[in-house]
Amino acid sequence: MSRTHITCTVNGEDTDFLANPGTSLLDALRDELGLTGAKEGCGTGDCGACSVLMDGKVTCACLVFAPEAQGRDLMTVEGLSSADGVDGDHLHPLQQTFLEGAALQCGVCTPGFLVAAKALLDHNPDPTESEIRYALAGNLCRCTGYDKIIRSVQEAAVQLRSAT
Amino acid sequence: MTAIENPKTYKWVGTRPIRHDGYDKVVGKARFAADLNLPGQLHAAYLRSPHAHANIVSIDTSMAEAMPGVKAVVTGDDFPALDITDPNHDVSINVLARGTVLYHGHAIAAVAATTKAEAQAAAAAIEVEYELLPVVLGIDEAMADGAPLANEQNYQKFVGPSDPSNIATHTPLERGDADAAMAAADIVIEREFDCAHVHQGYIEPHACVVDTGADGKANVWASSQGHFMVRAITAAVLGWETSRIKVTPAEIGGGFGGKTTVYLEPVAARLSEKAGRPVKLVMSREEVLRSSGPAPGAKLRIKIGATSDGELTAIDGWMAYQVGAYGDFAGMVGAMSVASYKFPNLKLESWGVLSNTPKTAAYRAPSAPHAAFAIESVIDDIASELGMDPIELRLKNAAVEGDLTAMGMPHPRIGLVECLEALKASDHYQSEPAEGASRGVAVGFWFNIGEQSSATVNLNEDGTATVITGSPDIGGSRASMALMAAEELGIDVYSITPVVADTEAVGFTDVTEGSRATFATGKAVVEACRELKVELCRRAAQTMGVDEAEVEWVDGAAVSPSHGGEPLTLAAITAQAKRTGGPLTATASLNAAGAGPSFAVHCADLKVDEETGQTTIVRYTAVQDAGTAIHPSYVEGQMQGGSVQGIGWALNEEYIFSSDGVLMNPGFLDYRIPVASDLPMIETIIVEVPNPSHPYGVRGVGETGIVPPMATIGNAIKAATGVRMTSLPMSPPKVLKALGDAR
Repeated sequence: MSRTHITCTVNGEDTDFLANPGTSLLDALRDELGLTGAKEGCGTGDCGACSVLMDGKVTCACLVFAPEAQGRDLMTVEGLSSADGVDGDHLHPLQQTFLEGAALQCGVCTPGFLVAAKALLDHNPDPTESEIRYALAGNLCRCTGYDKIIRSVQEAAVQLRSAT
Repeated sequence: MTAIENPKTYKWVGTRPIRHDGYDKVVGKARFAADLNLPGQLHAAYLRSPHAHANIVSIDTSMAEAMPGVKAVVTGDDFPALDITDPNHDVSINVLARGTVLYHGHAIAAVAATTKAEAQAAAAAIEVEYELLPVVLGIDEAMADGAPLANEQNYQKFVGPSDPSNIATHTPLERGDADAAMAAADIVIEREFDCAHVHQGYIEPHACVVDTGADGKANVWASSQGHFMVRAITAAVLGWETSRIKVTPAEIGGGFGGKTTVYLEPVAARLSEKAGRPVKLVMSREEVLRSSGPAPGAKLRIKIGATSDGELTAIDGWMAYQVGAYGDFAGMVGAMSVASYKFPNLKLESWGVLSNTPKTAAYRAPSAPHAAFAIESVIDDIASELGMDPIELRLKNAAVEGDLTAMGMPHPRIGLVECLEALKASDHYQSEPAEGASRGVAVGFWFNIGEQSSATVNLNEDGTATVITGSPDIGGSRASMALMAAEELGIDVYSITPVVADTEAVGFTDVTEGSRATFATGKAVVEACRELKVELCRRAAQTMGVDEAEVEWVDGAAVSPSHGGEPLTLAAITAQAKRTGGPLTATASLNAAGAGPSFAVHCADLKVDEETGQTTIVRYTAVQDAGTAIHPSYVEGQMQGGSVQGIGWALNEEYIFSSDGVLMNPGFLDYRIPVASDLPMIETIIVEVPNPSHPYGVRGVGETGIVPPMATIGNAIKAATGVRMTSLPMSPPKVLKALGDAR
C-alpha cells in the first residue's frame, strides 16, 4: 500500500510525514512524529486521552485519519509548554495549576485534559464550574474523581484572565 | 480539611509539594509502556475465543504464518504445562488457553508481525475447530446440584480436592450463637442483594514491550503494579529461571488492583524469542473489558438482629462471589472485610463461585464493597425502623481497639469512632440537604497489608539524595517517599529524587496493592535514612574530632555540643565522603508487619427523578482515617477517586452478558464510568489516628474509599423514595422498576 505524504503544522512548526490512508492521526503522531503525549485509551473516541487541537478545536486523534490532517494546524500536549527546562517557570498556567493542585495521579489522561481545558478557556475565559464539567465530559479520568482537575482549571482561568 | 490532627508536627510530612514525576506528566514526556519503541520492534495481536466455553479440537496456524509481515506465531503449545497444584497454573492457562477456552475473549494464539494491522490480519486467519461445552454464567446456576462445570480443572485450593464442582472457596466463620441472638432480638431485618461485575476501568490498557535476546535473556518494559510479580509470573509461565528476565517498570496508567497479575508479558517474550526481535503487545479497550480482570459479581443474604435501643446483637450472612473461570480469593476476602461493628454473635458463610466469565482480579479493597453494600443497607433499615440517627446507631456499635473482626482478629488502634464523629461535626452533616435532596451515610473498612519492600538511599556528593524503591507509583507514592526521606534527613524535599527502579537495581519488592506502598515501602525508606543518619554522625565525629556519641543529627546537619563549631551539613559531609570512608548509601529490606486498618464514612445528598429513575448526587463528603497523611493532596485524591469509582459502581457500571456469555458492552460508551458532568465536588475530611506500627503513623489510603459509596447512595435513595434498592447498579431502569413495584 502506498503511503500518503501529509504536510501540516504541528505545535507551530511546519511538519510533514508519511502515513497509510487508514492510519489514525493518533498513530501517526505517536509512531511517525514521536509525539507520544496523546494516548490511546479506547480507540473509539470515548475517553479523550488522545485529544489534540485541530485548527483550535478539540479532536479525538484516534477518530481522524492521518491524511485528514493535510494543511491543518495541530496542537498536542507537547506544544502547550514552551519550555524544556525543569524549573517549571515556563509551563502553561494549566500545566502549573494541574501540578500545584494535584490534578493528576497516574497521569495517563492528563495530556487530553490539558488540551481540552485549553480549548475551553480559549473560547470561554470565565467558565462556571458546570461549564467546565460539561466541556471536559468527553475526557475520562479514573484516578481523581475530577474534583482537583476542575479546581485546577478554575484556577488557571483566573490566572489567564489576570494575565491579559 | 483535616479533622483529628495528628499530635506530632513535622517539617515535611503533611506538606503538599509538587510531585516529582509531575512535570513529565503535564508536558507529555512521561513514558508509559505503550510509548516505548525499540529498533526493529514487531507488533503483536491475539486471536481470542468466540465462545464462552469450548474444547479446542485443533488449531491451524499455517495460513497465518504465511501471511505478509508475520514473524512469529505462538499458541498454548509453546508454553510448558504447569502442574495443576502450581500456584501459577491458572494464570498460565489464562495467558493462553490450553485445550479448553473458559470464557469469551480467552486468548488462544498470538502473532507478531511488522505492523499491528498485519498481526491482526494474521491472527484472524488462524483456524480453530471448537467443540462447544455448556456455559455456566450465574451464581445460582453454578451452585445448583448437578451444575455443569465451568472449569473442569478447577482445583479447590482452599477447601481441598473433593467432588468436582464450581466452588472455588468456602469460608464459614462463627462466633457466639447467632441463631439464639436472632431469636432474642427485638428487631431482625433480612435482605438479599446482588451486585453485577464491574471493571477497574484504568484508562491505560495493558501494554508491554519485550526484547528476548539470543542469549536467552528477556528485557521487559511493563505497565504493572509490581514488576517483581511480572518477573516471577513471566518466568513461571515460560518455564524459565527468574534471572533470565529483567523487568523495567514503565509509568502505569492506573491499576486499582487490575494490574496485579500478568496477561501479556510471557506471550510477548515467547514471540520475541521466536522472531529474534523486540515485540510490543498492547490490549485494545475491548480486550481490556473482555479479557482482563473485572471485579466479581455477588449475591448476598444478610440478616441482622438488634435490641430496641439499637445494639446490634447478631449478624447472619451468606455471601457468594462470582470469581470467573478460575479459583480466586474473593470469597475469602469478602468474609474478612466484615469488621466495622462489634457483633457479639456472628455467622458468616462466604463462597467463591466459578463461571465462564473472565478471570476476576483485585479491585480496590477487593470484595469489601459488595459486603458493605449489603450490611450497611440493612443497618440503615434498622436505624430507620428504630427511629435512630444512622450515625448514632453506628457510633453505638462501632468497633474499637480490641474488638474482633469476623476472622476473629482483634483490631489494633483504629479510627472508626473518630471518622463517625468527624462526619457528625462536619458542615455537610450539620446542614440540611438542599431542597428536594435526601441524605444517606455508610461506613467502609479495609484491613490493608504490609508485605515485602526494599529501599536504597544514596547520598550524592552535592548533598542531594536518591531514594530508590521497587514500588510502582500508582497514585503519588514517589512524592510520599521523598517527603518521608526529607523529614528523616532534614533536607529539602526537592533535593530528593525518588526513583522506581528495575528488578536488577533494587531489592525484591511485592506488588503495590493493599494500600501498602507508603506504609511498607515508606517504612523501608525511613529505615535506610536512619541508618544513613548514624553513618553521617560517625563521619561528622571523625571530621570534628569528637566522640561519635556526642554527635546528633538535627535538621539536616550534625551537631555536637562538645565541638562547639558550626553544624556540619549533609552536603558538607557528602562532599568529604571520599576522605571519611567512601560513598554514603544504605539499603533496607523488610517484611512489614502492623498494617493499620482503615475506616471511611461517606455522606451523600442526592435527588431521584421519579419520572426517569435518574439519580443525581448534589453533595458528597468522604471521611477517612489515613493514620498520617504524608502528602494530604494525594490522600484526598485517593479518597475522591475511590468515592467516584464507587459512585459509578453504585449508579452506572455493570457487565452485561448475553445468554451465551458474550459481554455486550465492551467499550466506554456502553460501560459508562462517571464523567465530570455527572458529579459534584467530592469534599474530603482526613482523620489522623496514627498507626503505631509505622514511624509516621501511616495506615495506607488507597482502598477504603471505594467501600462506602454503594450503600451511602442506596441509603440516600431509600431516604428519597422510601424504596430499598438491593441490586447494583442502581441504574435508572432498576430504580424506575423498584418505584413502580412499590406503588
